[in-house]
Amino acid sequence: MNARDEPTGATGSAAERRRTPPPPSHATPSGIEVPTVVTPDMCAGSAVGRPGQPPFTRSIFADGYRGRLWTFRQYSGFGSAEETNARYRFLLQQGTTGLSVALDLPTQCGFDPDDPMSAGEIGKVGVSLATIAEAELLFRDIDLGSISTSFTINGTAAIIYAMYLAVADRTGVPRSKLTGTIQNDILKEYVARGTWIFPVRPSMRLVADSILYSNRETPRFNPISIAGAHVRDAGCTAVEEMGYTLANGLAYVRELSSRGADPNNFAQRLSFFFYVHMDLFEEVAKFRAGRRLWARLLAERHGVTDPRALMFRFGVVCGGSSLTAAQPYSNVVRVAVENVAAVLGGAQSIFTCAYDEAFQIPTEFSAELALRTQQIIAYESGVARTVDPLGGSYYVEWLTDRMEEEIRKVIDDLDRYGGVERAIEDGYVQSRIAQRAYARKRGRDAGEEVVVGQNYFRGSGQDDDFGEIFHMNADTGRRVCARLRDVRAARNEGDVQRYLDRLAVAAQQSGENVMPYLVDCCHAYATVGEMVARLKGHWGEFREPVRL
Amino acid sequence: MNVHPLAGKRILIAKPGLDGHDAGAKVVAIALRDAGADVIYTGLRKSPEYIARVAVDEDVHAVGLSILSGSHNELVAATVAALRELEAGNVKIFVGGTIPRQDVPQLVAAGASGIFSADETLDAMIERIRAALA
Repeated sequence: MNARDEPTGATGSAAERRRTPPPPSHATPSGIEVPTVVTPDMCAGSAVGRPGQPPFTRSIFADGYRGRLWTFRQYSGFGSAEETNARYRFLLQQGTTGLSVALDLPTQCGFDPDDPMSAGEIGKVGVSLATIAEAELLFRDIDLGSISTSFTINGTAAIIYAMYLAVADRTGVPRSKLTGTIQNDILKEYVARGTWIFPVRPSMRLVADSILYSNRETPRFNPISIAGAHVRDAGCTAVEEMGYTLANGLAYVRELSSRGADPNNFAQRLSFFFYVHMDLFEEVAKFRAGRRLWARLLAERHGVTDPRALMFRFGVVCGGSSLTAAQPYSNVVRVAVENVAAVLGGAQSIFTCAYDEAFQIPTEFSAELALRTQQIIAYESGVARTVDPLGGSYYVEWLTDRMEEEIRKVIDDLDRYGGVERAIEDGYVQSRIAQRAYARKRGRDAGEEVVVGQNYFRGSGQDDDFGEIFHMNADTGRRVCARLRDVRAARNEGDVQRYLDRLAVAAQQSGENVMPYLVDCCHAYATVGEMVARLKGHWGEFREPVRL
Repeated sequence: MNVHPLAGKRILIAKPGLDGHDAGAKVVAIALRDAGADVIYTGLRKSPEYIARVAVDEDVHAVGLSILSGSHNELVAATVAALRELEAGNVKIFVGGTIPRQDVPQLVAAGASGIFSADETLDAMIERIRAALA
């Protein structure tokens, strides 16, 4: 018997499926009570200001999307480098304007494909990238000088960035022309996403090394994307998502400042990344409040005066845990609403999840539909015609003010605890998020939050229609391992060991930047696992505080 | 209704493989604890062999595996094998995460006593675990 056929709770009896949903809540999902009418006096003191001027409530650009639309950046990657290269070329043909590389878990956690820890994981949630040989295949026939590339990579971000630079060096693309982003936000990995490797303090050093090196070598590249998306998907509210993210951002600013760097310069290249979930106005207000608060915090706490350094640039993903496996076609509608929220909030790049993303790697069909959603909103809806079209709305300005107050409280709480680094080492943030996720799940189970097709309005027969199924190439792991063996056999072992030794020495010296050593290792065909092992040798590994 | 339907049961919640998404595992761990079970949570990135060893050392009735990386077929089979290796094949295995429904029969055949999805309520999950351990 199929285990899913057994009777279950809220999804259970026909009577339960047909029960009446509660009336729409008067509070936002973050718990902000919303009045029936917002009157002009309730938002009279709002710092609305002008688009393009600090604190940028309305937009970081004076002309909004008129100068340039957001980047359509569809996250993709699976299997081997050749398979992913083929999907990228498909997406580019369909009009995607930025690549977004998904990497598999062994690459993200610093294990080579032939490591026992990698068994069963190669190419599963992204592409396997063990050496520069794979990276060259991944970007074959793609001009890195003209297309921006973003990498969702954290624990091994510095290594993958080094590999990207090495590929550009070999294909003759000047480093100064490279655009794109590495996520490189290790703090949230300890809290929500789990691809940490080293302890918190040496990880912060590695992040700072890569940012400082990138500012110098690839000035148009974003060396970090400080991400709230993952804590949000783990169960946080929109307020907490923004609060934890800005707090992490401030921790990186402190780390970089302690290295003698000027925030008026490096802050120009800090970028952010969030989820958009379904509560449209709260999401818009979250982005407007976050944009304003970031500018204010940098000015208040770090004396930043250059307006370019106060600009809060962010990408988003629409979908994630707001999507359901039940009645999956409804997800197309959800993603469209979220996409509109992202545009009204002023996002610089948008990734729309495919409707089947809740349960599988998207098929070519569903991936194309997700991209079409963005194109329809960009070119048919007219929503991007004028900058910040909701600016001056009594409700939106009032909610923006309330969100900013609540977000500040989250940051203040972490400050009182002794900073995010300590809160993470102790497991304080992790425990808060788990408790929040538990309460949210209980609320959903009780029917307090309506998810159409999941806890209400279920049972129309659409449930079983999953559409096309994506089939992973079962042979990927074997082929990736075989090619790694070939690379190891062909490379100059003396060079590899010499460069790895130099990397290890650099890691031991706190005044040294490890980035150039990583680039040398990549050129010599050292593997991600070998580089990580050398760094672990000196820095050790993070010890996860397990607290429920 | 019994407020502690899992009283007296010992359950290990484990994250096999490299997947780092632990929100679901922690929510389930808290729910089982609130239902009266003694719950042990392994933390991230544990091998099937490690999980089986902890299951035996802690003398648990059941192991809950949380997998969102698509590696469930390999990791469930490996955990079942590791438990049998330690002569603990009687320990029940439950699986949660992002499991495509076409994979459910294979996991059941491999020895999983129940597969849970995020759509299911915590109370329904607890009831199914209680029934399976009765």
